[in-house]
Amino acid sequence: MNLMAVAAIYRFEMARTLRTVWGSIVSPVISTSLYFVVFGAAIGSRIEEVEGVEYGAFIVPGLIMLTVLMQSVSNASFGIYFPKFVGTIYELLSAPVSFLEVTAGYVLAAATKSLVIGLIILGTAFFFVDLRIEHPVAMLAFLVLTCISFSLLGFILGIWAKNFEQLQLVPLLLITPLVFLGGSFYSISMLPPFWQTVTFFNPVVYLISGFRWSFFGEADVAIGLSLIAIVAFTAICLAVIWWIFRTGWRLRK
Amino acid sequence: MAPILSVAGLGKTYDNGFVALNDVSLDIEEGEILALLGPNGAGKTTLISAICGIAVPTKGTVTVGGHDIRDDYRAARALIGLVPQETFLEPFETVWNTVSFSRGLFGKRRDDAVMERVLRLLSLWDKKDSKVIELSGGMKRRVLIAKALSHEPRVLFLDEPTAGVDVELRREMWEAMRKLKADGVTIILTTHYIEEAEAMADRIAVISRGDILLVEETGALVKRMGRKELKIELAEPIDEIPPDLSHHALDLVDGGTALLYTYDRQAERTGIVRLLTGVQASGLRVSDVETTQSSLEEIFVDLIAEDGA
Ligand SMILES: Nc1ncnc2c1ncn2[C@@H]1O[C@H](COP(=O)(O)OP(=O)(O)OP(=O)(O)O)[C@@H](O)[C@H]1O
Ligand SMILES: [Mg+2]
Repeated sequence: MNLMAVAAIYRFEMARTLRTVWGSIVSPVISTSLYFVVFGAAIGSRIEEVEGVEYGAFIVPGLIMLTVLMQSVSNASFGIYFPKFVGTIYELLSAPVSFLEVTAGYVLAAATKSLVIGLIILGTAFFFVDLRIEHPVAMLAFLVLTCISFSLLGFILGIWAKNFEQLQLVPLLLITPLVFLGGSFYSISMLPPFWQTVTFFNPVVYLISGFRWSFFGEADVAIGLSLIAIVAFTAICLAVIWWIFRTGWRLRK
Repeated sequence: MAPILSVAGLGKTYDNGFVALNDVSLDIEEGEILALLGPNGAGKTTLISAICGIAVPTKGTVTVGGHDIRDDYRAARALIGLVPQETFLEPFETVWNTVSFSRGLFGKRRDDAVMERVLRLLSLWDKKDSKVIELSGGMKRRVLIAKALSHEPRVLFLDEPTAGVDVELRREMWEAMRKLKADGVTIILTTHYIEEAEAMADRIAVISRGDILLVEETGALVKRMGRKELKIELAEPIDEIPPDLSHHALDLVDGGTALLYTYDRQAERTGIVRLLTGVQASGLRVSDVETTQSSLEEIFVDLIAEDGA
């Protein structure tokens, strides 16, 4: 295992993040604050409680997930797309590194960034709502796993993308609807039965449900199921990346 | 001694069906400098890419220091430094970070002494804290070389390192290459400048349309290739070559405003002095004289034609 290479990639990517640190952090904080104002204050004044939780607090896990998913996918996809775009990918392909090391370097860097942003949003939330976290360790574990698994997804997207348009469009077209329809702002049980069934095909439902459970001890789906879903999702992404590096798909000529 | 790099029956067909490498076999000895010459599109970059892991070979095998590039890629690649033809660099990183990233990527521990030696070798030491985007084109090329050298490779691939580099800098690069060679580094260099191959290489390989046409000691090959042209520009155009100059094998070119003389610069007698004396005696008014080396492309056309005959 070439751990020096993982560290080199990680440091290089984190340096890139630090150069643009204010833009990276300020914008998600502002947009999340706006969500709190609009959803929490405006809608929350009509819907008082969901499953015994004040609405403003109820949406916090979903809001964090929304940003963390988007950030993970876009950070990781950009991280690997950029070397492809400027051509520096030649160095990754000619270095004595395996797919696991390259992936680990980029994905951990992307996941670190989105984890930090997720925690900052969580901190911001305390300014707006009364929040309790029943299972803090589980909460952190869910957050970390989510950052990693969706950074893996972003990594695949970055390798697949042939231009900037694809790079930006896919998260928008794929991730946003999955998150909005994944129970970020409501409980699945509030939906008509047909849509409840449809929803269970959405992987994000399991994430948000599990994450919300770690806050309030209430979940739409069993917590074990949430864990299985996220681990399975991570495994699928890893398998795809392994295949990409083995065949050189979209990377090697 | 076993060759440091051994290429056997290597072929590369691109996804669009284009056969860029047909069947290339080549052995390179440790410590030598091999110049890879060939016209545009000959397959030089493809050959290097296939060896270094950037392109997947369609057939054949390559070993570096005895390690197969597929089965034992870590050991093989750890020995290789690659300087690509195009300046692929992260624009907003500093020189130091860019170069030390390469070292880490190749699994080497941070070592500031090595970094300093490499940056000084390439006259980049005082630029180490500059961002790549702030450097000139020639400096960027040197950053690429510094990256390749940062992990102390045994085999260095230089894909047209001196393209678009001024004369002084080219000399500096040659100097750097000589130092590396003295340290025992094997260098494979592609170039379009015959003087460069002549000055640097122990052996020259000529590649054309995906096949190696020949591999020869530099001295022997340059002799065969070293054709030069002398162009005598005339103040007034003429219709035909004056009879007293006809035995000089001249061509009338550029609409009668210039005489072209082709000679072998390695020959004992080039005939230039006799020709110029003759021109003067004939009463033609000369406005300028220039010599040009026959371009590599032309030489290849000859070589390939020769090869086919
Ligand atoms: N990715 C690719 N897909 C298809 N054909 C390619 C690809 N890359 C190169 N080729 C073709 O393969 C041939 C060899 O290209 P290569 O870059 O190896 O030439 P070269 O000898 O390095 O030329 P130059 O002196 O211009 O750098 C060219 O005809 C080129 O068009
Ligand atoms: Mg080339």
